[in-house]
Amino acid sequence: MKGKISSFAIAVCLALAGAASADTIKIGVAGAHTGDLASYGLPTVNAAKIVAKQINDKGGIGGKQIELLVQDEQCKPEFATNVATKLVSDGAKVVIGHICSGATKAALPIYTEAKVMVISPSATNPDLTQSGQYPTFFRTIASDDAQAKLGVDFALGKLGAKKIAVLHDKGDYGKGYAEFAKKFIEASGKARVVLFEGITPGAVDYSAVVQKIRQAGADTVMFGGYHPEASKLVSQIKKKKMDIHFISDDGVKDDTFIKVAGKDAEGVYASGPKDVSDLPLNKEAIAAHKAMFGADPGAFFDSAYAAMLVAVNAVSKAGGLDFDAMAKVMRTDLVDTPVGKIKFDARGDAEGVGFSMYQVQNGKYVEIK
Amino acid sequence: MDLQYFFELTLSGLTRGSIYALIAIGYTMVYGIIELINFAHGEVYMIGAFTGLIVAGILGTMGFPLPAILVLAALVAMLYCAGYGYTIEKIAYKPLRQAGRLSPLISAIGMSLFLQNYVILVQTSDFVPFPSLIPEFAFLEPIAHIFGSSDFLIVVVSAVLMAGLTVFIKYTKIGKAMRATAQNRKMALLLGVDADRIISVTFIIGSALAAVGGVLIASHVGMVNFAIGFIAGIKAFTAAVLGGIGSLPGAMLGGLFLGLAESFGAGYISSDYEDVFAFSLLVIFLIFRPSGIMGKAKVEKV
Repeated sequence: MKGKISSFAIAVCLALAGAASADTIKIGVAGAHTGDLASYGLPTVNAAKIVAKQINDKGGIGGKQIELLVQDEQCKPEFATNVATKLVSDGAKVVIGHICSGATKAALPIYTEAKVMVISPSATNPDLTQSGQYPTFFRTIASDDAQAKLGVDFALGKLGAKKIAVLHDKGDYGKGYAEFAKKFIEASGKARVVLFEGITPGAVDYSAVVQKIRQAGADTVMFGGYHPEASKLVSQIKKKKMDIHFISDDGVKDDTFIKVAGKDAEGVYASGPKDVSDLPLNKEAIAAHKAMFGADPGAFFDSAYAAMLVAVNAVSKAGGLDFDAMAKVMRTDLVDTPVGKIKFDARGDAEGVGFSMYQVQNGKYVEIK
Repeated sequence: MDLQYFFELTLSGLTRGSIYALIAIGYTMVYGIIELINFAHGEVYMIGAFTGLIVAGILGTMGFPLPAILVLAALVAMLYCAGYGYTIEKIAYKPLRQAGRLSPLISAIGMSLFLQNYVILVQTSDFVPFPSLIPEFAFLEPIAHIFGSSDFLIVVVSAVLMAGLTVFIKYTKIGKAMRATAQNRKMALLLGVDADRIISVTFIIGSALAAVGGVLIASHVGMVNFAIGFIAGIKAFTAAVLGGIGSLPGAMLGGLFLGLAESFGAGYISSDYEDVFAFSLLVIFLIFRPSGIMGKAKVEKV
């Protein structure tokens, strides 16, 4: 008898739980909301709240309201696994987050196991998508190697480069760019890396390295680093009367570069974030943020807003929370977001998001379409 | 071995070495006379570059021709920096003349930090473009791709200034007094040499040379920033030690030696290790020949 009662109680509880989850669509929002990195995570919470409110005010998705489950993990991997376990057991089938690459990586095995769709607005580590280990992972931001990929594709395709000298400033950012570039060039088989070297930031001159570039017979230089070294390099290349292409990264796509390098900057290529501030949806999202929170949005707000929009689209088009159906929508359906019209590739990276190539023309960076 | 490549690297090492030598002279002269490493010297070089920039900006808007701007900018920078050198000595080192060796050293580091922050405050912490003041020499056109006008001017100006300085120290009265003070300050004082004045002159000359270096190099590189004095200062100091600190020809040799070593190291091995070559050289010298190329081993008299 006793046993019967308790099993009945469990059945009731399960039914209630089932009923509760049927009422709302639970979307997890995980990231750093306290601690040093809170400023990276909180704008995502705001974006999720804005989109959820808009959808709920219009009657929700298929009559169901969105319920946000906001969880703080301070960008710490050990907290991230706890948060992931909690979100999975609370019944979230979609998670917006996590914010930091390390925490995301720690949490992903749990989501993968539970077939929970994860959409990060800010985790840029290339491995998260490229390793193929996390099929339920998507992101609305370009990965760290996106600039190197863009630069190499541009050098090989548009410029027809055959011999590329890859230089970097020995820092994490510059060296990372250079190493990815080298990898992509070698993988393409269309060009050779004739020189791969680090230069010393702040050195009085770079003429020895410039001579070395000439000696190597390079037709293109790809440089990973920041504008002070880049402007010294390009002006010494011009001084040595060398006519070669110079391609660099976001650290060089800065107006200070043009100001300092002056006319030597002309013709230099640099990749930089796509300008999305003119998109109507972007303006709308920022206006909504101002109306709801009375301030300008913070870091990764655009991509978080985009993540929330694609999530809502996937749930409504798939007609439910089945992962395979949602993933199919994510990969095929073009969604209008504050970062442009996006859909996802097989690995989970957003296509059409991230960087464009710019060239210095008449003292200004001009986007090359 | 590719002979032309070797030649190119030699020339680029020569330019770099001349830069180091020009700054190293200031270190070595001061050390020779008061046995102090003037860490603020790199900052004087940086202030020279900034002064040159400001003067060039003013003269440029007044429509002066390029060579005139270069010469005037260098002269004003020399005067201005000479003033700085003089003042730095009076404020930071003179009151500590009788103190131990450590106190003026700390004072020098403090002065260096002060000057950097002063420039950040009154100028900017950003990189600023420096106009290309050095005219293109027509006769260098055929080899401009390996040895341009600015390289040429840096090497020539350094050589001329050093030759002039050597003559000055060897044959003028002040030069003689400087050598006497360097050898034995007490004795020089007894013989009527105004040591304080000699020390001031040393600072003035060293700072003026650094200012010339600042203007030339900034024009060569095309940019200035409050921090340029640090690396240049450290490298020039290394050059001075390599050459034998306290010795004038040593500073020149040390500078050229260091410049060539860096250039060949970067050219034949890898520029990743440019600084490693420079400082390994310093370590090797300190172990096997601590008195440097030209330095004489000091005999301690008991």
